Amino acid sequence: MARIIVVTSGKGGVGKTTTSAAFAMGLAERGFKTVVIDFDVGLRNLDLIMGCERRVVYDFVNVIQGEANVGQALIKDKRNPNLFILPASQTRDKDALSIEGVGKVLEDLGREFEFIVCDSPAGIEKGATLAMYYADDAIVVTNPEVSSVRDSDRMIGILSSKSRRAEQNLEGIREFLLVTRYSPERVQRGEMLALEDVQEILSLELIGVIPESTSVLNASNSGVPVIMDRESSAGQAYSDMVSRYLGEDLPHRFLKVEKKGLLGRLFGG
Amino acid sequence: MALLDYFRQRKTSGSAAIAKERLQILVAHDRRGGGPSYLPQLQHDILKVIRKYVAVDNDAVSVHVEQNGGQEILELNIVLPD
Ligand SMILES: Nc1ncnc2c1ncn2[C@@H]1O[C@H](COP(=O)(O)OP(=O)(O)O)[C@@H](O)[C@H]1O
Ligand SMILES: [Mg+2]
Repeated sequence: MARIIVVTSGKGGVGKTTTSAAFAMGLAERGFKTVVIDFDVGLRNLDLIMGCERRVVYDFVNVIQGEANVGQALIKDKRNPNLFILPASQTRDKDALSIEGVGKVLEDLGREFEFIVCDSPAGIEKGATLAMYYADDAIVVTNPEVSSVRDSDRMIGILSSKSRRAEQNLEGIREFLLVTRYSPERVQRGEMLALEDVQEILSLELIGVIPESTSVLNASNSGVPVIMDRESSAGQAYSDMVSRYLGEDLPHRFLKVEKKGLLGRLFGG
Repeated sequence: MALLDYFRQRKTSGSAAIAKERLQILVAHDRRGGGPSYLPQLQHDILKVIRKYVAVDNDAVSVHVEQNGGQEILELNIVLPD
């Protein structure tokens, strides 16, 4: 049986798709057979972030509606043989997904894969609740900012009440907090909520802190998951996060302002 | 520019503290939920009764539950057409 992980947040634009791509690639790099599914029907962009947009033939909705089988819709990653992508439909809307349909596809995929990563759409409505319904684990992506923290808190409530595990009285979804777009400089200036504040409010196990980094934009421009940018702080932070998910105990990095010399302070940005 | 920033940053007391305080209140409120689950139905029923006598809009009736110390106060608001 595959382990199903949902990457969720409530709020849009916080880094769910960036995280799904990096996390799935990271698992594949560690040798696990992994599939990443785009649940953002109508606004698909996981395929862009993964760099396989020109190879989409069939999508998730086609599979659910029986117009293609799941094997036809899966796109094999060109860089890593363990990784597959199931793209979302660009033309239909979220009503094309059903709880039974999604369940059937996940069951089929569960026979082939070790990890199934579900990239959730924004919101707390149908698309988002379907993406989390069958999850075993949830990564709650949060920016250190008021509306994102609030939405995450609401999503945490939904995870514990409206999932398959909750409805069948099974052990609850394991929930992890991932803080993204973290800027130690702004925290130091008192402009941004500190990591401790976010943790205090949400009280979830912290699986990673991804710094704000231009390498994320570069990665998405070129269709390469940022975790493959080994030089970048964001790539390294994602790699740490994958290790922690797999059970390693690593200290969190990139939390403090890097000390610049006087020259750096005078001329640096 | 960077030099100016360097001196300025020591003085700014940022807004993060306010953000935290607001969030704590907001989240506590969210977690209490939007009130008991019968509220929407109650609202619907009251609207029906009012409509026996006056023609009002769908959103003319609002009900809220307020927590006040140990007491729960059901607040009912009906806007009549003028
Ligand atoms: N750590 C980061 N540093 C800088 N930009 C980021 C970071 N994470 C995400 N972004 C940017 O934020 C935007 C939204 O990211 P995305 O992953 O699409 O969010 P979501 O899927 O939650 O809507 C994108 O432009 C992305 O490049
Ligand atoms: Mg997205």
